[in-house]
Amino acid sequence: MNVTVQPLELRVNGKAVTVHAGPATRLADVLRGELGLTGTKIGCDAGDCGACTVLVDGRQQCACLMPVGQAAGRAITTVEALAAEDGTLSALQDAFLRHGAAQCGICTPGMLMAARDLLDRDAGPDEAQVLDALGGVLCRCTGYRKIVEAVLDVAGTAPALARIANGRAVGARLARTDGVAKVDGTEAFGADAAPPDALTLRVVRSPHARACFSLGDFGPIEARYPGLAAILTWRDVPGSNAYGIYPVGKDQPVLAMDRVRYRGEAVVALVGDAQTVGSIADDMLPIDWFPEEPVTGMAAAAREGAPQVLDDKPGNILTQGFVKKGDIEAGFAEAAFVAEGSWTTRFVEHAYIEPEAGWARRVGDRLEIGVSTQTPYMDRDEVAHVMGLDKEQVRIMPTACGGGFGGKLDMSVQPLLAVAAWKLGVPVRYVYTRPESMAASTKRHPAEMTAKAGCSADGRLTAFQFHGDFDTGAYASWGPTVADRVPVHATGPFHVPNVLNTSRALHTNAPPSGAFRGFGVPQAAIAHEALYDDLAEQCGIDPLEFRLINALRAGQPTATGQVLEASAGLAACLEALKPRWQALRAEAEAFNSLANGPFRRGVGVGCMWYGCGNTSMSNPSTMRIGVDRAGRLTLYNGAVDMGQGPNTIMVQIAADALGVPAEGFRVIMGDTDLTPDAGKSSASRQTFVSGKAVQLAGEDLRGQILRRANVGPDAVIAFGDGVVRLTDGGSEHILDLRDLDPDDRGNVLSGEGTFDPPTAPLDENGQGIPYATYGFAAQIAAVSVDTELGVVKATRIVAAHDVGKAVNPTLVEGQIHGGIAQGLGLALMEEYVPGRTENLHDYLIPTFGDIPPIETIIVEDAEPLGPYGAKGIGEPALIPTAPAIFGAIRHATGVVMRDAPAIPSRVRAALRAAGWGG
Amino acid sequence: MGTYLRPKSLDDALEALRASPWVILAGGTDFYPARVGRALDEDVLDITAVDGLRGIDDAGDHWRIGALTTWTDLLEAPLPASFDGLKRAAREVGGVQIQNAGTLAGNLCNASPAADGVPPLMALDASVELASADGRRVVPVDRFVTGNRQTQRGPNEVVTAIRVPKRPDATVSTFLKLGSRTYLVISIVMVAITLEPADGTVGRIGISVGACSPVAQRLTRLENDLTGAPLDNDLIGRVKADHIDAVLAPIDDIRGSGAYRQEAALVLVRRALSEVAALAGGSA
Repeated sequence: MNVTVQPLELRVNGKAVTVHAGPATRLADVLRGELGLTGTKIGCDAGDCGACTVLVDGRQQCACLMPVGQAAGRAITTVEALAAEDGTLSALQDAFLRHGAAQCGICTPGMLMAARDLLDRDAGPDEAQVLDALGGVLCRCTGYRKIVEAVLDVAGTAPALARIANGRAVGARLARTDGVAKVDGTEAFGADAAPPDALTLRVVRSPHARACFSLGDFGPIEARYPGLAAILTWRDVPGSNAYGIYPVGKDQPVLAMDRVRYRGEAVVALVGDAQTVGSIADDMLPIDWFPEEPVTGMAAAAREGAPQVLDDKPGNILTQGFVKKGDIEAGFAEAAFVAEGSWTTRFVEHAYIEPEAGWARRVGDRLEIGVSTQTPYMDRDEVAHVMGLDKEQVRIMPTACGGGFGGKLDMSVQPLLAVAAWKLGVPVRYVYTRPESMAASTKRHPAEMTAKAGCSADGRLTAFQFHGDFDTGAYASWGPTVADRVPVHATGPFHVPNVLNTSRALHTNAPPSGAFRGFGVPQAAIAHEALYDDLAEQCGIDPLEFRLINALRAGQPTATGQVLEASAGLAACLEALKPRWQALRAEAEAFNSLANGPFRRGVGVGCMWYGCGNTSMSNPSTMRIGVDRAGRLTLYNGAVDMGQGPNTIMVQIAADALGVPAEGFRVIMGDTDLTPDAGKSSASRQTFVSGKAVQLAGEDLRGQILRRANVGPDAVIAFGDGVVRLTDGGSEHILDLRDLDPDDRGNVLSGEGTFDPPTAPLDENGQGIPYATYGFAAQIAAVSVDTELGVVKATRIVAAHDVGKAVNPTLVEGQIHGGIAQGLGLALMEEYVPGRTENLHDYLIPTFGDIPPIETIIVEDAEPLGPYGAKGIGEPALIPTAPAIFGAIRHATGVVMRDAPAIPSRVRAALRAAGWGG
Repeated sequence: MGTYLRPKSLDDALEALRASPWVILAGGTDFYPARVGRALDEDVLDITAVDGLRGIDDAGDHWRIGALTTWTDLLEAPLPASFDGLKRAAREVGGVQIQNAGTLAGNLCNASPAADGVPPLMALDASVELASADGRRVVPVDRFVTGNRQTQRGPNEVVTAIRVPKRPDATVSTFLKLGSRTYLVISIVMVAITLEPADGTVGRIGISVGACSPVAQRLTRLENDLTGAPLDNDLIGRVKADHIDAVLAPIDDIRGSGAYRQEAALVLVRRALSEVAALAGGSA
């Protein structure tokens, strides 16, 4: 540094402040670091996501793109200034709460500031103005529609539901219990919660997809940088330098030893003050690289004599899946019509707006890790494994999770932070940069699928055969789950007597493919739905009718021979869609019959089913509700809320099970020292599995109270002032809590519930009971296709979902909207290319302008095992969208898209091949 | 961390540039994205406090767009219809956050092949005003941008303004951008046209195509072939694939193949021509 940094005078949220950062420092870093205003979020540091949007002299700007030197003398307004001094929310914030416009909350401050800018200029904007004004902020959870609704309804008076009558919480549109923190900027995410004295960790990652390397002498660089506390290598990992989801798949090193298998793999970690670790460039470290030709793509992986990615995986095969029912040849022999084809999908990136982040500190012989995660207990076990510690020596304290979608089911910062904090004995923080997040984290598996289906002359399916190869990348991660799930689901939610479904997961030198909303089922749905459109056409049956004829109904066996006894709501979803289907198809056909320009319209339908919970594996959840001496209720919720809503719906279920109002609960989420293990937030299992567990916990606590007070089962109970008041018929009873001894959590009474959905293993033919229940859905997409340019624009989605019971309809709609947005991205724009799309402007996720109006229809075919009949919605929301869009493209143009995403150049090539002009 | 200088006068900025090289910073919308995850260790000359560089002025035979003029400043300025294409481009530059900070001059200096500002400024026959301690010079936009991320600006120079020649009142313009999503999208192809109608025919016309070559290109042979043509239903039929293919040889990339870009450029040129012809009162 060759100048002394002069203090700068800023005006932030109406107050004069002095800051000492260098004048070229990003304003976002100064707001968050020096001023502690962590409500301003950093999603990319490149102006691509808008999460850091603040007002500068009343106009929205990205705080990541402004040198603090330019901010001097200007009025900066952040999300912290929106609410009144006493915490009363502004009308805009309240509208966001009412409409469920905040899910994970990481984009919310940026959304609010962009909306504030607009509303300050125009108090009554129309939808187009809202889209334009907020179009610079990306959201990955909501599908944007509820944000648009909220801004348009800022003056609305419908109250946010915070108070619900006893016993009426399940089914109510309760505002999120964690919602206020998400709209007032106080929610602490992975990058917001580190101890102030924490050192910073930065990882040097492989620039090569496949290479050997050797590490040189770090002495000179350590001598040159006194701010460097440690340079960590694989030698510093005290336990096993190999982790992974499955006991047989512990193949990923915390830090690579002498070989890297994908671009972005962690090699060396630098720990020190932020300035120091930031100023040591990767190429300043003595690492000698010996690159090799990488195995790229599945054809290369499967080729005879291909180099092995992992030594113990001959043929680069991680695992294979198999489901066989009936006699496939006989099934095709009796078919009057047969359809077949091949489909390809690409890597898809989760693109949560919050990059991976967390912190760790050593407390005696224990480690405490605060981290944005979907799975605290698995993190605890994995950290213990790599550290050589007992599980009880590791405490995971989940921060708010700024979007997960499966990507935060794998470890990221956790093991590196653990190694650093343990070795150094001081707190350490680590936040991925956006390019690092995109290069290092897991992806959705690319698929290469071939499939064939046959039906009788009257449209009844007789046979279905499927094979899918899935690119599982360099390490196992969740690859086995994809290979297992796909053959079970690949027929779609239909009754097919004869089935042969197979799958393989193949290793390549690409980022590990892991868990991503749907575990391979969204890819397979593209294939099965296209085949059913083919068969419907061959039979001369309307595509929706064809699906109704074949819809799996209660009492019919699935591909694994499981007979669903209840809650198989596909037919009900299709019936609910039928009027909209007929109207939208007719509109599109009328438009096309008159069209003489390049535009054609089409309407397609996609169906899906999805097993809730782990495939044929135990996946229990335990939940606890405690009452302290003062009569205060605490829900010990181990089900991490990554925006989808467990912090809210678990309270709703607990309230009804216990028979009290929903607003009385304090929620502790996912702390492995405090909450029981609820399993991971994945596989659409938390509503169904943990929801049932919390219902049982509530009933347990209620039972204890009724027994102690010796009152009947219909007694009304109320907590307060150290007592429980019970009214049973006309008589009043008091249970004095102050007389009872508290446990180590301070509770005098606690109820606990455990639920493990009943499943049975799959036999050698894949026959058995993989899941206790399934979600069902059908969606309609309407599109407009520009046949000259190949541009496809979705114009409307109508979604009907059987959720068993909507515990909170607003949250269910939010899941559906968000799933549709991700499904639309999969269909039309998202394609991750290692080394090429490691930012949010080359990797495209849908923006405000890409999501059309969405109509949701909630179907409630109750699941007897679920809490109040409920089952999962997280993944089902995404799966039907891409097939519906591809069906709509076909309806508009006759062209079947076989290569996702359908970006304009691919659509145009397919149109040209089908004879459309040019 | 390097030195950070934020002079208040152009003379001070030019004096600093005479003495040593600096990275020039204005809106920051290209500077910071190029430095994600790495230390800010360069010497930075922040020109945003320099007097007199912001705003759009009537300078007699041309409009002068000061180097610190943001996209939002442009959108909010009352300007003739010849600027409508440039304004449409302005709405496509990032989100409003970016439009509020980013400058037109910075967009030229960053010289991305997909820079939204370049095709419309080329179609307007704009030029770039540069200053150094040694003097000033003016360079046409199509000569200023010399390649992917390359310009004519010397290390001791700063862009002070963009000059846009005044056009007859009847001049119309448009801008079309093709991308895979609605907002925040990098172009696959973009087309800008400025048209001066002349008695129901094409008078002076500027047609440029961006994102199909390292530097956006004017389609001069097409412009010549169209000049004098009636603004009628046959106009767009005069645009042939060869008008595009002879000038542009776009590459394949993640956003689309080269062949697709050529085809799309032809479609967009025809559509843009149809639009400006309609704006000019023709029937095409």
